[in-house]
Amino acid sequence: MQMDMFLDQFLNQAVLVKYTPLILKGAGVTVLLSVLIVLTGLTLGAGLACLRAYRIKAFSFAIVIFADVLRALPPLVLILLAFFGLPNIGVVLSSFTVLFLVLSLVLAAFAEEIVWAGITATPKGQWEAARSTGLTFTQALCYVVLPQAVRMVIPPLTNRAIAITKMTALGMVIGVPDILGQATTAQSFSANASPLTLAAIAYVVIFLPLVIASRWLEQRFTQKGS
Amino acid sequence: MEAIIQQFFNIEIMIKALPLVLKGLGVTLLICAVVIPLGALGGLFAAIASVSKNRAVRWTAIGFVDLFRAIPPLVLLIFIYAGLPFAGIQISPFVAVAVGFFLNNSAYFAEVFRAGILSVPKGQTEAARSTGMTQGQTLFWVTLPQAVRNVLPDLLSNVVEVVKLTSLASVVSLGEMLHAAGLVRSLTYNASPLVLAAGLYLVLLWPLIRLISRFERKIDT
Repeated sequence: MQMDMFLDQFLNQAVLVKYTPLILKGAGVTVLLSVLIVLTGLTLGAGLACLRAYRIKAFSFAIVIFADVLRALPPLVLILLAFFGLPNIGVVLSSFTVLFLVLSLVLAAFAEEIVWAGITATPKGQWEAARSTGLTFTQALCYVVLPQAVRMVIPPLTNRAIAITKMTALGMVIGVPDILGQATTAQSFSANASPLTLAAIAYVVIFLPLVIASRWLEQRFTQKGS
Repeated sequence: MEAIIQQFFNIEIMIKALPLVLKGLGVTLLICAVVIPLGALGGLFAAIASVSKNRAVRWTAIGFVDLFRAIPPLVLLIFIYAGLPFAGIQISPFVAVAVGFFLNNSAYFAEVFRAGILSVPKGQTEAARSTGMTQGQTLFWVTLPQAVRNVLPDLLSNVVEVVKLTSLASVVSLGEMLHAAGLVRSLTYNASPLVLAAGLYLVLLWPLIRLISRFERKIDT
């Protein structure tokens, strides 16, 4: 009896069949957003870390402030600020754009700190050797130091990228039709919790392989290190 | 420029919002006080289980950790808050937040503690056991203190993440800081209350973030 009620409310076949296409559509939005955020965030973050390597005081200062503020503020605060605040000064962005911009910037802030830690951890001899072969500073940075730095920090970078792409679920609050957005709409239309079950399953299907892959990466890289 | 100040840094509106936002800050801190110790404790148990010699225990712990690292915390929270009533279980927003964050945080803390435990050399355990300590004593007196010291920056950065995470509680209308600020924003059609909340988050978390950065630099050298 108890089990029947549970199945009816959380795995109701009729509801599942009806709303699966909608959740799948939401999954498309989630995946698209995730890919865009990871590409933009990591590129921007690595770029800022490189810029910081030139040790130009004004730039470094600005980068540190940017990274600190975006790491200290909850993403949801930034999302609400951008979505509800910007229109008041004449900048109207779609909820999709707001979510993409905010999470890309947040990922960039974390990625900058992580890649920068990698750059500072690269032995000085690498710089000196590279420069002594006649490479310019920029060449030494791009061809010698950065590749080693990035390799060193792949595990924390992957973990952070996964954590932030999972935050695409926050889009539901401003009406992005991602998995969670579609599921909460479907849940209120159907007066049944099954769409939420479906959403949880969809996230597990998308993110569990990534989590497992990151665990594998971590193991591989730490074994190599020791 | 004037419009930006008017819409984002409106002192008058901020002053009006302050009492409500501060009350929200109290709730935020209360959630933290409940959720951080719970999550750390749950994570510690999961971590110890995940390095167990017993295969079933180990895989159950790793399965738990990976599952809750794969599900976004907001999904978990809404599932608990909006889903459980369908099963006839009525819970308050606070309990929903506590349960949801407990599951999520335990998974993240478990990963940190696990890395710490694995970082302690095997010789430490062997030496402790050979002095006649039991397995439990070894874990408690020898392995864990060293493990925690080794991952202190990660633990701290996890705490920062948890404090930031509490803002999600606003979605299930628990009156924490972001919820309070959002409420005043919707009444005034002005983003300044949100900027005020952002400022308070900064005051709260910036020192921690600086501390973490300093820790990380120390470890490099």
